[in-house]
Amino acid sequence: MASAIFFLDLKGKTLLARNYRGDIPMSAVEKFPMLLLEAEEESSAVPPCFSHEGINYLYIKHNNLYVLAITKRNSNAAEILLFLHKIVEVFTEYFKELEEESIRDNFVIIYELLDEMMDFGYPQTTETKILQEYITQESHKLEIQARPPIAVTNAVSWRSEGIRYRKNEVFLDVIESLNLLVNSNGNVLRSEILGAVKMKCYLSGMPELRLGLNDKVMFENTGRTSRGKAVEMEDVKFHQCVRLSRFENDRTISFIPPDGEFELMSYRLNTQVKPLIWVECMIESHSGSRIEYMLKAKAQFKRRSTANNVEIIVPVPDDADSPRFRTNIGTVHYAPEKSAIVWKIKQFGGGKEFLMRAELGLPSVKEAEPERKKRPISVKFEIPYFTTSGIQVRYLKIIEPKLQYPSLPWVRYISCAADYHVRLPEPTQT
Amino acid sequence: MAANRIRSMFPTPARKGETFELRNGLNSQYSHERKEAIRSTIASMTLGKDVSALFPDIIKNMATSDLDQKKLVYLYLMNYAKTHPDLCILAVNTFVQDSEDPNPLIRALAIRTMGCIRVDKIVDYMEEPLRKTLRDESPYVRKTAAICVAKFFDLNPKVCIENGFLETLQEMIGDSNPMVVANSVQALSEINDSDPDTMALNVTPATLKKLLMALNECTEWGRVTILTTLAEYQTDDVKEREHICERVVPQFQHVNPSVVLAAVKVVFLHMQGIASDQAKQYLRKMAPPLVTLVSSQPEVQYVALRNINLLLQAQPDILTKEIRVFFCKYNDPPYVKLEKLDIMIRIANEKNIDQLLMELKEYALEVDMDFVKRAVKAIGQCAIKIDNAAERCVTVLLDLINTKVNYVVQEAIVVVKDIFRKYPGYEGIIPKLCQNLDEVDEPNARGALIWIVGEYAEKISDAGEILSQFVDSFQDEYSQVQLQILTAVVKLFLKTFQNPTKRDESQKLLQQVLKEATSENDNPDIRDRAYIYWRLLSINPDNAIASEVVLADKPPIASTIPNLPPALLDQLLAELSTLASVYHKPPSAFMEVRRGKGVGSIMRRAIEEQRENMAENPGATAVAQGKSNVENLLDIDFGGDDSTVTSPINAPVGGGLEELLGMGGVASPMEGSNAGGLHGGLVDAFGGLNMGTSSPPPQTPAKDTKKSNQDILGLF
Repeated sequence: MASAIFFLDLKGKTLLARNYRGDIPMSAVEKFPMLLLEAEEESSAVPPCFSHEGINYLYIKHNNLYVLAITKRNSNAAEILLFLHKIVEVFTEYFKELEEESIRDNFVIIYELLDEMMDFGYPQTTETKILQEYITQESHKLEIQARPPIAVTNAVSWRSEGIRYRKNEVFLDVIESLNLLVNSNGNVLRSEILGAVKMKCYLSGMPELRLGLNDKVMFENTGRTSRGKAVEMEDVKFHQCVRLSRFENDRTISFIPPDGEFELMSYRLNTQVKPLIWVECMIESHSGSRIEYMLKAKAQFKRRSTANNVEIIVPVPDDADSPRFRTNIGTVHYAPEKSAIVWKIKQFGGGKEFLMRAELGLPSVKEAEPERKKRPISVKFEIPYFTTSGIQVRYLKIIEPKLQYPSLPWVRYISCAADYHVRLPEPTQT
Repeated sequence: MAANRIRSMFPTPARKGETFELRNGLNSQYSHERKEAIRSTIASMTLGKDVSALFPDIIKNMATSDLDQKKLVYLYLMNYAKTHPDLCILAVNTFVQDSEDPNPLIRALAIRTMGCIRVDKIVDYMEEPLRKTLRDESPYVRKTAAICVAKFFDLNPKVCIENGFLETLQEMIGDSNPMVVANSVQALSEINDSDPDTMALNVTPATLKKLLMALNECTEWGRVTILTTLAEYQTDDVKEREHICERVVPQFQHVNPSVVLAAVKVVFLHMQGIASDQAKQYLRKMAPPLVTLVSSQPEVQYVALRNINLLLQAQPDILTKEIRVFFCKYNDPPYVKLEKLDIMIRIANEKNIDQLLMELKEYALEVDMDFVKRAVKAIGQCAIKIDNAAERCVTVLLDLINTKVNYVVQEAIVVVKDIFRKYPGYEGIIPKLCQNLDEVDEPNARGALIWIVGEYAEKISDAGEILSQFVDSFQDEYSQVQLQILTAVVKLFLKTFQNPTKRDESQKLLQQVLKEATSENDNPDIRDRAYIYWRLLSINPDNAIASEVVLADKPPIASTIPNLPPALLDQLLAELSTLASVYHKPPSAFMEVRRGKGVGSIMRRAIEEQRENMAENPGATAVAQGKSNVENLLDIDFGGDDSTVTSPINAPVGGGLEELLGMGGVASPMEGSNAGGLHGGLVDAFGGLNMGTSSPPPQTPAKDTKKSNQDILGLF
């Protein structure tokens, strides 16, 4: 429960505020920048919520804004912070970009949205698609007055009735992001697959969908022997349209989808997988005047797959200059704004191995405090038609009991790097 | 002067002009001009300008079919109703009309806004519309009216109860629409919170059934509301508890982290008392969703991590296999990193310690000083926690000391001191520590190093030399360090007085330090301690009693990982996901006591209460207890009971003095010149001593309160 919500600029000046409960003097916000500053002086770790004189401040930062909630009760902190993120999400969908300017330009509609999204400090409707049905910038141009869509309070609060498409189609994207952390001596410290099933749904009426995956737990429950590989998902999260109790009972994923694009589910696998792109790095520092990087990158997946848009970003000292590169593939450039060199490879075939050498000059005059920031090498890539976990969509059944139309599901797979980091070794001195 | 006058004259006409223009616009005959003027008024209001003067003009524009315009007017009313309570009544008619509008959006808007106008008079006019809208055919209006009952209650509890609104809400828990159910529960729970006597939210088996039904159909926020209510529901019926857990577990799969946390809370609380293997299974099911929370938005992650910390204190084994998840990413915000560190050391065990140590070492080489220090401390905590790993931890610490990075070295020394206290046999590394003597400037680290030197004086060949450096600069040290020097020198003396080669040196040092501490120092804590040592050393020639007191065995330390006291922990577990669980403090420590209304006075009272709470906050004392090593270090030698301390009073003071000075058979140069002064000092000391024995050693607790205060501040 929040007493009031504020949008502040980075100096802490209020751009817009909505007082929901009137139980806290709105001037309490004036203390916020000072409290933040004090906390920063105290420690580098300033938490996203703190209490001062009986008032609790919970905030997030977005672009050049603070979005702040205040409360004097022992409120649900997770709920409030998530609600603030939800505000950012909804406003971003409304105004494309949420920042100082868009707050100023859209204050009328922001008040309307804040009124609809929270009542007396309790979150209400936060689905952008539903909000857009009755809160629009052009509502005054409409001949008839807007009315609350049935979906607002429906059990199916995410889909309106009466949707019609001439061609009924569903697109499924299975996207697996890899989080990987490799130590400088080549040990994999952490590897994690975060998968997501995203849908684009263009279906008429109120269709009932059922999605079948090669889910190991389900195969075991039903005593089925799978032909191919079955995948054991550690933790699965579903869009609110999925019937959770059904899934708990027999692992069936059944739902009435929202219209258009949404993320149906996400899952996590902790299984240790071989890093798809292996990067080794050696650094040589030549008597402090020159620094040399030797990189080896190897694609450790099957030959028939290809990684696209591979980028290997190697951090270098801030004050490096006169870069020289040599590589047998792709392009290398120096990005001084990021203090890094970027090695780009458009297509990286499975099983292949490439090398790159980079040499940078260092200024003879050193800064007093040597830079000790430990930035790792980060790697980006996409591998289409491939999932690291081996997850597969076995079927997607679509039934609309009233309309009974034929429909076409399309499925795509892709693996990509998310937080994919290799820690840099200490340079050897020569 | 003249220029000033001109400048000060300017803004006033300008503002008047603006208001004037707006007023003209608001009273224009053209609707688009009126609407534009309303927009501009709201824009000024947003900028924080006072446009309350336009109240009557705005109200004229209230009755309109233009929904946008109506919303803006309502917004204005909400903002300025307090300043113009009388004028508000003018608006009431339109409100009542609007609450009967054919469009549910307008009905809901009217009742929602009426509730937000916090003027006492509005109550009389609100009863009827509220009664009607609570029974509205549109669920959208009903869900809005449900919340409005809470607003009404906040405004006037008596009238609210008289009108039977609470009963209506209780019936609405059975509404066919899940969102109406959720909001009714929310309103009732708030009313119940602010006045438990109303018994507004009384969950019966029948309501329980309705709540569980609505749970699966609600919006995410509605689910949080219902889950929170389920968590607060108390029952002794094991079957019922099982049933609740069973129905709530599927919510672990919800995409919204606050739903997941609320579900974890319900299952964790209702799990107590059900069959243990069943409970274990629930704990197992809880682990993956908890881990997934760690990849949510950083702010939410922080709440989750603070909660996981609590869960681990109650159930240390739930996440043992998942240590890698808590490894810090280089771009995690600092507040997340520190929490992750705290959790890592809690789940450290013999199996994962190697991996963890490697990781901690990596962190200790980062740039963020707070994080680095915390990482070094964590290594020490692991060494104390896991006996087998102590040696590996010491190796890592030595590597870190070799980096010569100032704050790393200092923190490492503090940590090594703890390790010395628990494990014997690491004396070999002392020379290495002593190499960094000059670098060490933080009082904690200096104190730790001196403690080590004193404790192992017999094994360090140049202990006397090292300590003499500190004695020479005695007056420049922090008092915390001075106490350490004093104790260390006494230890050195006791350990060497039978060794003829070292005796002279250490005795000279002892005399020097006692002189510095008594006659040159005006800190009573240090003087008192010096006098106590002095007396102890004067009792008998073989110093048996002094050795017994000063070189006594230290109580063993089992863990340096701070744990909350069990009662507080239980209280906080029942508050999972709330601010209390994030601060690790009971709600009473940061909330004002609610009594009646009138925000201003409550706030003022709250400030005072806040200060009191700071002082008596049990959470803070818990932290202080957990950090007891530092204080042990200081008062360990202080353990002499009253009899030992007071006994020398019977002996002639002068004799004691002579005994001490004469012990080495060297005529001290002090004797002639300073004896008188010393004598006087000793007499003074009687007063000081009596005080010292009746009250606890003052220096240590003083420092600790400061420390725990800092910990509390650290939370903010």
